[in-house]
Amino acid sequence: MIEIKDLHKSYKMGSNALHVLKGINFTVEEGELVAIMGSSGSGKSTLLNILGMLDVADSGEYTLDGVPIKNLNETKAANYRNKFLGFIFQSFNLINYKSALENVALPLYYQRVPRKERQERAMKYLDQVGLKEWATHLPSELSGGQNQRVAIARAMASEPKVLLADEPTGALDSTTSYEVMDLIQKINDQGNTILVVTHEDDIAHMCKRIVYLKDGIIVEDKKVKQVRASTHV
Amino acid sequence: MFKRDRWQEILEVLTTNWFRTILTAFGVFWGILILIILLSAGKGLENGIKADFGDIATNTMFMWTRSTTKAHMGLPIGRSFRFKVDDVKSISENIPNLRFISPRNRLGGFGNDNNVVRGLNTGAYNIYGDYPEIINQDPMTITEGRFLNQNDIKEKRKIAVIGAGVRNELYDKDEEVMGSYIKIQGVNFMVVGTYKKKSNDGDGEEAQKEIFVPFTSFSQAFNMGNNVGWMAITAHDGTSISSLKEDIINLMKTRHKIHPEDTRAVGYFDLYEQYNRVESLFGAMSFIAYFVGILVLLSGIIGVSNIMLIVVKERTKEIGIRRALGENPWSIKKQILMESVFLTIVSGMAGIIIGALFIYGVNALLDANGPVDMFLNPSVSLAVVSIALLILVLSGLMAGFIPAQSAIKVKPIDALRTE
Repeated sequence: MIEIKDLHKSYKMGSNALHVLKGINFTVEEGELVAIMGSSGSGKSTLLNILGMLDVADSGEYTLDGVPIKNLNETKAANYRNKFLGFIFQSFNLINYKSALENVALPLYYQRVPRKERQERAMKYLDQVGLKEWATHLPSELSGGQNQRVAIARAMASEPKVLLADEPTGALDSTTSYEVMDLIQKINDQGNTILVVTHEDDIAHMCKRIVYLKDGIIVEDKKVKQVRASTHV
Repeated sequence: MFKRDRWQEILEVLTTNWFRTILTAFGVFWGILILIILLSAGKGLENGIKADFGDIATNTMFMWTRSTTKAHMGLPIGRSFRFKVDDVKSISENIPNLRFISPRNRLGGFGNDNNVVRGLNTGAYNIYGDYPEIINQDPMTITEGRFLNQNDIKEKRKIAVIGAGVRNELYDKDEEVMGSYIKIQGVNFMVVGTYKKKSNDGDGEEAQKEIFVPFTSFSQAFNMGNNVGWMAITAHDGTSISSLKEDIINLMKTRHKIHPEDTRAVGYFDLYEQYNRVESLFGAMSFIAYFVGILVLLSGIIGVSNIMLIVVKERTKEIGIRRALGENPWSIKKQILMESVFLTIVSGMAGIIIGALFIYGVNALLDANGPVDMFLNPSVSLAVVSIALLILVLSGLMAGFIPAQSAIKVKPIDALRTE
């Protein structure tokens, strides 16, 4: 599903360049649930941003579902993001003046899905994350865990090939974290490919595979026995 | 473009901070209001002054004789001369593009003794000897009977068309006027018509106290011979009389043996030139109105642009989210532009509406308190309103352009990072 070869990325910080990614090689098959771990500054977020086409690599190849991702202009990147990717952010990133339902329907709007169908589909995903009754509420009227579930529903709504989660539990207490991870596991059980960036060990062990990043290179890549989040709840 | 969701969003954004939106809108509202009021005031002044010209054909000159100021071809300085009936024919044969050439003669005038008698009533009036065409150059409404015609000229009929003022003074209220006789300097003329002129200023009353008789009968009755007092000459619409003036005067100079450089021998009044002067004054006035109005509007628009920049700044993160979710940059740009155009148009329309109400109020006041000198019916035409709307749309686009540009300039990743 995802294929990365020799990915490099550096940032200019004043006069000296900061080499963040120093040649990443990495493959993800369809249906995998991968945790990307590392201390802060290890380059894990940068990697996720490049995978999410929010940022571009300096060199290296990136193929997503057989499509080479290169020479992106903004319009094309927006189009790919919309079609291929779903994002889950640490700070939820919901639009605060739109209701939960409208937030979930947003990616469909950019796909020009007709209004009625859009709302039906959005409602279906809200139902899946258990927030059907909260559809008309604004993000400010929901708890953190609920907000993250709305964000997950939104990421799912466009039926993307890959879900990218950047510290999805970073802003949540452990109980809600496990609820959210439970949801992510269930989505993965349906066959969706998910990448989770985290620095929490327990969260990482709820995935099927852990990739350790340190100073811009992969130091370890191992399959783990998945801990079901539901056992913690 | 007219998608429900987009409009919903525009309204959501603009209504999140009502106070700010209204303050911003006020700038544009004020600008367009000032523009409308300035233009309508200018129009009111223009209407008022143009009404003073009345319905007179403005492409007209009047020409009369004075005494020569240069000796020429053996003739002395200070010689007086008269236009003759032949001169009229000669002008019409030699000068193209003239519509009417009316020779005129007159009896009476300012401070004149009573010259018209009917029974026991007498009055002092201006009596004109005229051709039928004069009604096109000096328009009047025939209220009863008829005006002069060609047969009257040919047969030298002693008939007269009298003004409403003459009728009031010489006749009783219900008396039959048609077919009655009035005595002008001892000669009887039968009244065949009455007229009324549009009166709009001080000479209104005087204009109703005129008597028109056929030119030929006038000449014969009052011993004018072939003499012509003065001429009223009107050119066709495509040609200005000012451009033909020289030719006509030169022709007269040749015919009457006047020195070519004698500028005082032939007197004239070029109505078209006067009218043009007034026209260009109003041109300048509406230019100033547009200039000031648009400058005021511009400051309003800069306000809109400013606020849109702040809105974009505030929404940087939201825009980042939207782009991460796959909204293309153009759509975001369009959104910002539409917000700005929408805000400009709504506030501009409010300005136009209030401006229209203001004009309506001024008109009602003018109607209630009677006419004011040199100010009549202030108004703006539909064309001006359309221009104002066009300016609004353009300025809305302009106001939104820089903010829209700055909205998509930020990379989605940077936009997401801002808190």
